[in-house]
Amino acid sequence: MATNTTQGTQVPSKGGFPAFRVETYGSQLLWLAIAFGLLYFVMARFIAPRIGGILEDRATRISGDLAAAQAMKAEADAATLSYEKALAEARASSQAIAAETRAKITAEADAERKALEAKLAADLAAAEAQIGSARAAAMGNVRSIAVETAEAIVERLAGTGADAARLEAAVDAVLKR
Amino acid sequence: MDPVAAKYLGAGLACLGMGLAAMGVGNIFGNFVAGALRNPSAAAGQFTNAIVGAALAEGLGIFALVVALVLLFVV
Amino acid sequence: MADPIKQFELVPIVPITIGTGDFSFTNSALHMFIIVGLTAAFLLLTTSGRRLVPTRMQSLAELTYEFVAGTVRQTAGTDGMKFFPLVFSLFMFVLLANLVGMFPGAFTVTSHIIVTAALAMLVISTVIIYGIWKHGTHWFALFAPSGLPKVILPLIVVIEVISFISRPISLSLRLFGNMTAGHIALKVFAGFVTAMAGAGALGFIGAALPIFMITALTALEFLVAVLQAYVFTILTCIYLNDALHPGHH
Repeated sequence: MATNTTQGTQVPSKGGFPAFRVETYGSQLLWLAIAFGLLYFVMARFIAPRIGGILEDRATRISGDLAAAQAMKAEADAATLSYEKALAEARASSQAIAAETRAKITAEADAERKALEAKLAADLAAAEAQIGSARAAAMGNVRSIAVETAEAIVERLAGTGADAARLEAAVDAVLKR
Repeated sequence: MDPVAAKYLGAGLACLGMGLAAMGVGNIFGNFVAGALRNPSAAAGQFTNAIVGAALAEGLGIFALVVALVLLFVV
Repeated sequence: MADPIKQFELVPIVPITIGTGDFSFTNSALHMFIIVGLTAAFLLLTTSGRRLVPTRMQSLAELTYEFVAGTVRQTAGTDGMKFFPLVFSLFMFVLLANLVGMFPGAFTVTSHIIVTAALAMLVISTVIIYGIWKHGTHWFALFAPSGLPKVILPLIVVIEVISFISRPISLSLRLFGNMTAGHIALKVFAGFVTAMAGAGALGFIGAALPIFMITALTALEFLVAVLQAYVFTILTCIYLNDALHPGHH
């Protein structure tokens, strides 16, 4: 190896390690400046704006789509909210109608019931009065029957007719008890 | 001593520095992997630091290589 | 055995001499333009559709963009994005230079120290010029961290200045050294194969060993090629962060 390497250093015409040969630096610097300057120009002028633009377009597109989706979701939420509100309103109004109807029906029934009760009370009073009069009449009949019966019993027992006035007085005394 | 022989001896000795730089680089990556095994979630954030540290350690080894090259071809 | 250094040799294609200087269009310059062409073609042709839903190739280009942009944002902050074209150019240039160099017979542009040094100096001069232009004298607070006792401040300033100066040196030497060392290692092992295969039947069978080694090393070199491009990029971002936010690093 060593001998070969020394040969290698001696064989090239200019000699030495190529990277350390100062006389080549001018040419390399010149062409590096031209090539790298060209690359920088193309990069700054065309490549970086283009790829940056593509990425930015994509980012704006994605964020725009996300914003649109957000807006649609908000819209849907609002629609759901208004639907629920309408539903609640309808439920409340139906409940109000039901309560009103119930109150009306209850009032009517009450009135009917009261009228019926009044009629029944009147009928009851009339019936009671009738019963009272019938009873008085019946009581009257009982006295005359008792007098007649007593007269018949006295006549049967005593064999003679009894004094009507005394009989009546005795029957009255018994009835009064 | 023969100057040419001394030159080659010097170049060979300079290359010892590259071996030492290899130890440095190995140390950095060994510790990086050991740390990454302990906390893999933090490894990704520290990879750049590991690379930079390895580059700096390796740069000193490259100085040794340049010294060897200068001894071989320039002096 | 073939010379492992020969692959780094500059071969003039169009000799150009300006004054006394040699400014020939070499194989290195040709490969630089190949790199620039490949980068521009890859990033421009794949994104020409500007599709909202990317094709496979477009998402590859976007992935590269996002990778570098994420690195810039993470290390230099969102205001570091004004340096994004520079960082992305550096990343693509270094990455493609390293990867193109892996092709047999191709030249590795980044295996020449002047190229990597020029790129590193570009980064550091951007840091210095932008830092002073943006923050004025406050930028020099970078060298004097706040909250230090007055006694050790001169020492810290000296250390900070040395560490700042060593940045472009280490940035350029790291890339240059990695590429050079890797390619030399590949060539040396390839030399073993031919040397052993030429040394009889036993050597021919034994040559399988360095071939396995070359296979493993080639895989490693691809890793190194990508990793060094990433390291160059992230260190650039870290240094640019000093130009943007001096004082809290």
